Amino acid sequence: MLRLLYFAWLRERLGRAEEDVAPPASVQTVGELIAWLGARESGRGAAFAEPGLIRAAVNQEFAGPETRLSPGDEVALFPPVTGG
Amino acid sequence: MPQAVVRVQAGDFDPGAELDLLLDRTSGAGGIGCFIGIVRGEAGGRPISAMTLEHYPGMTERAVLAIAEEAAERWHLLGTTVVHRVGRLLPGQRIVLVLAAAWHRAPALEATSFLIDWLKTKAPFWKKELFTDGSASWVAARTGDDEAASRWR
Repeated sequence: MLRLLYFAWLRERLGRAEEDVAPPASVQTVGELIAWLGARESGRGAAFAEPGLIRAAVNQEFAGPETRLSPGDEVALFPPVTGG
Repeated sequence: MPQAVVRVQAGDFDPGAELDLLLDRTSGAGGIGCFIGIVRGEAGGRPISAMTLEHYPGMTERAVLAIAEEAAERWHLLGTTVVHRVGRLLPGQRIVLVLAAAWHRAPALEATSFLIDWLKTKAPFWKKELFTDGSASWVAARTGDDEAASRWR
């Protein structure tokens, strides 16, 4: 089980800020998780239409697509940041 | 270890009071670099009525503190203050305050520049602009900001 958090336009397009998911065992990394979520959402809006624009944090640290996931991780998905 | 004070808050901040607080907790500073970000009244030539800043509670504070500590280490700062506002802001209002106290002006000014460059690209904040015609759009990350941040590598 993974805890997912969504921010900014990803949250708006999905219509939710968080959810718990149980991806199949083949989903081992952040990149694989995004691909799996994209396939799950296909036909239900454009949230994952541009996976290249989605960034991630695992347990509140920025994480690249190769980052490995463990059960219980908090995974946040969001567009590139625009603070300051 | 130099003291870094980091706050993420909805309300405004008082730049003069923050300067005094930084001076109070440091000694020997020869200068303090300061940057204050302000909400612009337009975006891409279109007038805006407000800006909303979303963030990732918990991670934001950690990320900003990590940036402040990185600056303190690189420039041997005597103290830093970063205050970043979130929520709904109006044109002309303050968004962010960066203060960096150092022995000399060069590290104070360089560290201030570094801090704002990294805050724009390495902390989980997202801006949404609300235009006067009622439309709204999330601000896209700027390549220029990435380039500015990468010059500090």
